[in-house]
Amino acid sequence: MQLTLEFGGGLELLCDSVKVHNVNVDLQNRAEKLTMKDLLCWVRTNVIKERPEMFMKGDSVRPGVLVLVNDCDWELSGQLDTTLEEKDVVVFISTLHGG
Amino acid sequence: MVEVEELRPHADHMSTIEDSDSVASIVARITLFNAGFEEHKQHFHHTQLHGTVGRDFDCIENTLDELKHKFTQLKTQLKALGSESRNGTLDVAKYRAKDDLASTRYHDPWALKLEEYKRYGRQLIMPEVGMPGQLRLKASSVLIVGAGGLGCPAAAYLAGAGVGKIGIMDGDIVEVSNLHRQVMHNSAWVGKSKAVSLGNALRLINPLPRYEIHPYHLVPENSAIAAGYSMILDCTDRPSSRYLISDMAVVHGIPLVSASALRTEGQIMVLNDPPVSSDSEKAGPCYRCIFPRPPPPESVQSCGEGGILGPVVGVMGVLQALEAVKVIMRPPDRPANPPSLIMFSAYGSQMFRTMRIRGKNPTCSACSSDTTITRQSLESGSQDYMAFCGALEASDVLAAKDRVSVMDFASMINRSGTPVNHTLVDVREKPQFELCNMLGSVHVPFSLLRRWKNAEEATTALSIDIESHEPIYVVCRLGNDSQATVNKLRELGIDRNGARKIMDIKGGWEAWRKDIDQSWPEY
Ligand SMILES: [Zn+2]
Repeated sequence: MQLTLEFGGGLELLCDSVKVHNVNVDLQNRAEKLTMKDLLCWVRTNVIKERPEMFMKGDSVRPGVLVLVNDCDWELSGQLDTTLEEKDVVVFISTLHGG
Repeated sequence: MVEVEELRPHADHMSTIEDSDSVASIVARITLFNAGFEEHKQHFHHTQLHGTVGRDFDCIENTLDELKHKFTQLKTQLKALGSESRNGTLDVAKYRAKDDLASTRYHDPWALKLEEYKRYGRQLIMPEVGMPGQLRLKASSVLIVGAGGLGCPAAAYLAGAGVGKIGIMDGDIVEVSNLHRQVMHNSAWVGKSKAVSLGNALRLINPLPRYEIHPYHLVPENSAIAAGYSMILDCTDRPSSRYLISDMAVVHGIPLVSASALRTEGQIMVLNDPPVSSDSEKAGPCYRCIFPRPPPPESVQSCGEGGILGPVVGVMGVLQALEAVKVIMRPPDRPANPPSLIMFSAYGSQMFRTMRIRGKNPTCSACSSDTTITRQSLESGSQDYMAFCGALEASDVLAAKDRVSVMDFASMINRSGTPVNHTLVDVREKPQFELCNMLGSVHVPFSLLRRWKNAEEATTALSIDIESHEPIYVVCRLGNDSQATVNKLRELGIDRNGARKIMDIKGGWEAWRKDIDQSWPEY
């Protein structure tokens, strides 16, 4: 499945400072759909290069990270259960605190 | 120490009031003078409190008395001016009389002062503003917490637009390293209160609003200040104040515009709009609805650590002012915008993106009906925001024997006769290393070495012989990353179980600059 992943707010520093990743995620074991839970696992193994604890906590993202699927908060689409579709854009953004 | 001489220009400035001066300009000058006076008074009390008042004590007191007297005189003078105008003896009075005459004959009294029509004319003629919008602005009061990179531009636009009352809260002083982005302060104000500095600059832009200057830090115990305002702008720079300000906005039932910026990116949200106290069905989310738990402290970077591009934080501050006036001018029957987060990325393929975010969380610990956070609990100080957000562990991660002071390091490299062969590893990031570095040092950025997996990667990058006994010294900007590096090199076995010394230079280049080489740049 073709997806665009974007990292912002400093999370890109965990993946070689690359903000936009065009990826192809294979569905596991003839599964019919890809959920955000699956994607997080995949991202952790395949995209995050260092300090995974700065990205995830347990099986979700760490506090202070917003996840947006097609410009919409994943809270509105079912969080970990959100089902992804071909060409979806998933944004991971860490909150900033400077001023 | 209070600089007595600084008070004199204020006084001189005030002594030159002429009959031809307009009342408004005199009022503006008195306001300015008063602000300068208040600032010096606060400074004076502060000095007094901290017991550092020296031989200038009497002198300062006399000057302050003099100025107080002068101020009273000027107020009387102004009053007299007002009564003279009614007798028609001054030019200003003539114009005033003409206005009055016209109004009785041709129209009802104008809703705004003539000066306001002129000053706000360019926005008044817009359908988004008009008379209703301007009157809403005039009736509004905005508390700006933080007079820095966000607060400066935000406050300037709100003052210019004619917000009725503007509060500025900040306990910091202006530093020269602020001036590339905190555009309302200037070099002459370095070392003085940011809140007072910003207040003075705003009075010069527009003397008409009321300004309340709070030259101290926000803490739960003084959060009652929000009671006097109809909106808050969060222009601060750390998670603990963001949660505190959100809770303040919730308990006082006022909307909040929260923004932040770091490096090349910024984020902004309008929260608590409309506030919970109104129709709770329609109430907007608070900061805790969006971020119920604070980020781990090690993930939080400040502008001092991560850096910040001036125009980036400027854009965010300007957007804050924009969102604030949009909320203030919104007619009561118009619904609020759905909750969203605007992200700005100066180098992104799309500079601006608006993301729909979740609404109010029905079980939010701050804004739901079963909250334990009340105005009383907030002001009593029972909410510990520092503890809630956590702090980084103390920076001394290494034992004393693994650390060397800059003094000892200096005498080691300067030792005459038998110089000690060693490797100095500088682990700052590339831009910092390029700013200033020591001849012969080896540069390996911490972000890179943190990912080393075996000793070979380390020996290659450092060009060292694994069998050598030459000590390795590690240095960074402030002495934190260098300690972590020492541990990392040990984990990789570079120290061969203690056979080779790997030492951290305590306090980094900052300590070196302070104690050894004053020609090393401070940045
Ligand atoms: Zn809430």
